[in-house]
Amino acid sequence: MASTTTTADVAVPANKGADDNYLTHDKGIASWLLTLDHKRISVMYFICVISAFALGGTFALLIRTELLTPGRTIVDADTYNQLFTLHGAVMVFLVIIPGIPAAIGNFVLPLHLGAKDVAFPKLNLMSWYMWVAGACFMLTSLIVSAADTGWTFYTPYSTTTLTAVIPALTGAFILGFSSIFTGLNFIVTIHKMRAPGLTWFRLPLFVWGLYSTAIMQVLATPVLGITLLMLIVERAFGIGIFDPALGGDPVLFQHFFWFYSHPAVYIMIVPAFGVISEIIPVFSRKRLFGYSFIALSSVAIAILSFLVWGHHMFVSGQSVLAGSIFSAITFLIAIPTAIKVLNWISTMYKGAIHLDTPMLYALMFLWVFTIGGVTGLFLSTMATDVHLTDTYFVVAHFHYVMMGGAITAFFGGVHYWWPKIFGRMYNEKTGQLGSVLVFIGLNLTFFPQFIMGSRGMPRRYYNYIPEFQPFHVASSIGAYILGFGFLITTVSLIKTLFKKADAPMNPWGSNTLEWTISSPPPYYNFDKVPHVTEGPYEYEDWEYNEKIGGYERKSLKAGT
Amino acid sequence: MAQETKQDAHGAHGAAHDGAIGHALSPALLIGIWLGLMVFTGLTVFMSQQGLGPQASFIVAMVIATIKAGLVMSVFMHLWWDKRMNLFVFLGSFLFVMLFIGMLLTDKSEYKPDIDRKTADDLAKSTAP
Amino acid sequence: MTDTTADSVTGHGHGDHGDAAHAHNPFLAHHFDTPLQQFEAGKFGIWLFLVTEILFFSGLFCAYTVYRTLDPDVFEWGHYFLDTKLGALNTSVLIFSSLTAAWAVRNAQLSQHRALCVNIVLTLLCAATFMCVKYEEYSHKFHAGLLPGKHFQPNEDVWEQPAYWKKNGPPPDGLLDDPPKKEAIEKADKIITRGHPYRFQPPPNAARFFGIYFCMTGLHGIHVLAGMIIWIWMLTKAARKQFGPTYYGPVDYAALYWHLVDLIWIYLFPLLYLID
Repeated sequence: MASTTTTADVAVPANKGADDNYLTHDKGIASWLLTLDHKRISVMYFICVISAFALGGTFALLIRTELLTPGRTIVDADTYNQLFTLHGAVMVFLVIIPGIPAAIGNFVLPLHLGAKDVAFPKLNLMSWYMWVAGACFMLTSLIVSAADTGWTFYTPYSTTTLTAVIPALTGAFILGFSSIFTGLNFIVTIHKMRAPGLTWFRLPLFVWGLYSTAIMQVLATPVLGITLLMLIVERAFGIGIFDPALGGDPVLFQHFFWFYSHPAVYIMIVPAFGVISEIIPVFSRKRLFGYSFIALSSVAIAILSFLVWGHHMFVSGQSVLAGSIFSAITFLIAIPTAIKVLNWISTMYKGAIHLDTPMLYALMFLWVFTIGGVTGLFLSTMATDVHLTDTYFVVAHFHYVMMGGAITAFFGGVHYWWPKIFGRMYNEKTGQLGSVLVFIGLNLTFFPQFIMGSRGMPRRYYNYIPEFQPFHVASSIGAYILGFGFLITTVSLIKTLFKKADAPMNPWGSNTLEWTISSPPPYYNFDKVPHVTEGPYEYEDWEYNEKIGGYERKSLKAGT
Repeated sequence: MAQETKQDAHGAHGAAHDGAIGHALSPALLIGIWLGLMVFTGLTVFMSQQGLGPQASFIVAMVIATIKAGLVMSVFMHLWWDKRMNLFVFLGSFLFVMLFIGMLLTDKSEYKPDIDRKTADDLAKSTAP
Repeated sequence: MTDTTADSVTGHGHGDHGDAAHAHNPFLAHHFDTPLQQFEAGKFGIWLFLVTEILFFSGLFCAYTVYRTLDPDVFEWGHYFLDTKLGALNTSVLIFSSLTAAWAVRNAQLSQHRALCVNIVLTLLCAATFMCVKYEEYSHKFHAGLLPGKHFQPNEDVWEQPAYWKKNGPPPDGLLDDPPKKEAIEKADKIITRGHPYRFQPPPNAARFFGIYFCMTGLHGIHVLAGMIIWIWMLTKAARKQFGPTYYGPVDYAALYWHLVDLIWIYLFPLLYLID
């Protein structure tokens, strides 16, 4: 590696990825389970997260099937409670919170920084094992007698119900630490391992997104840890901190729980913002508008997210004083988010839009996330929240932002980075079809829920009055379409793994560092330490070459 | 316990030209801080027995505890000589803790009268003839 | 973004330097360029971990603050049953172990291998002492039925706690008989000490004090045990003389964790034991 090079030598760097890359570098199951390579850990996370998504999605389809008719359709009421509890717990703790940071960020972050790995590779592997352990505990709860408390574990029901709550709590506790260590790893990596020339304001916005997320992970998740631990101890030994029958305070539990869980929802969405910030400029062939605003708004959201948790508790017995404070600050937090949406749209204005699958997901995100975000304002106003809280309006709101926001961005990112991670191009036609089905399914599933929620349909209810049935039926049909869309997308992606690894180095013409190395990357990432001299969204130097099916640098072509 | 070596003479943190990282605390400083901590521990036990009343004794105890904490953090944990970022990060976390505790205390003290009223009502009802 | 002209030859220079450093130092991980970068990354990492520990304990401190501020009687009654002497002993033991831990870092920095091992062993002994005293205190509470929540069943033994007499004077004759004499009870009910009747009956929700006491000291104790495991691990590395001026990070990080354990106890001691 220690040799001098001239311009001619590195003209049009060859994509050696097909033959020698991190996937082929070492063989055998042990080389994967004991790997310290961030890229392999990312792939393992990806497999796990997609599997958990399938599990959580199955629960969702069972729920929606049950709700096709009032009264019993396929399961009884107790089982129904267990279904929505596990759907929530699996989706929140196993899929969305780890989702983008662990399954994509682990791969891309060191590459964005020009680094060889994250700061603490062994800790990274341990985070993955903790995910697996947490998942095992969740599955134990499922098998023994699944918890039926709702994923929010409110007391006193959670301290008195006879279902297997403790395994679920233990699973969530361990998963919390997996999240904390990933966040810790990312913060140190971003601070200490940037390539020369890579100043803070030349970082890709995905990195800013991961950084803001990591701050929230490190500060908020431990509070969840202690809350769950106290709940386990309360359930096992009856110590009387949350259970009113023993002199405890159930509102205290809710404060503790939401102090974490509100930042948690921002942990879910801020990485998604980062992915969208990567996709839109590339597929508009135009520099991102308002870089500093997007970067700093991520940090602003991270900090403000700690000041709004009480908006989940307006009707729980919280005082009106506290409620007013939380309501006001919740309005404020809409502002940095709106700034981002404005900047993304401004980026697309007068750009050369390419409607590849990642861009379709990004456009879908803009539409669906805006609806979800705006409906949050109805919920942050105390007066309207009194009517809407614990109805399907809330369910629709958070599914629009979590499914329509985080998951959409996740799949957009998966398609965007798929050629880099696996060295194979996905099938564009199926990708586009899948994204359209997801869009239709998403809206059909959740829009009727806004309507029936505002008309009074409560959430987590097994039974309902016949007036709501048309909405439930529409919603369930939407859910089947949504599931089908994800199914064909995932199957199509997996099929590509059986092809030859022939993706070009830079199929999209992006200017971030990961596209300057082979697809898939070599196990050591970079031949030479990259020296960065410009921002991440400059596209003039990249030109499309039909022969390789990707972009190459004009400045490096021989004779230029 | 050991002789001071040339390493200590370098003092400054960051890599010295012979590759050494950081600087070692002198035995005198270590023992001095330890003695200070023991003195403050004795002081806090003594003050708690002076009968100052609940408010004042709480404040005195917290002030002394914070002085002790300051000694441990700045010397034993080396923050006096470390990069500012570590101090900023550590103290910053306390801001979030204050926010958490402050908000909860505010809320609970606001709704506590309602709970007390209900408890009193229930008691009256259960003991009524 | 990548400049692959002559400038990157400087990158080679870095690479060369890094390779040389890697060759010298078997403890320099492949993804770091210099021992200093590795040390600073590790330091920043451990401080972030300490931040998570602060937030982790904050839940318990919050429960303490909320419950004590709004229901001080419960804490006043409960703290009588904590032995201030044992608490002060534990505080001193932990403070001394902080000294030995900080000294151990110095030993590692100066390659003083034997002294390093001695200091680590001393730290471990202090930790063990702390846990023994803790065990002693816990078994008193178990015997007296001073347990949290639904297990709170103080038996008459509580009036035999020496700590209680020290604060409130000895019990009237006959109060400790089985069953207690009626005159003794009447007499006790007339005595007012420190603003409360002598036989200060548990206020409503008195068990809450012990819930918080056991949770806070219990969680702290778990952290002491974890610290002991970490120090044993450091001892094995120290015995193999792995530490020196360019590689002493692990000892430093272990000591930082240990100082945090001490810091938490520095606050727990007055909050639980020294209530007026």
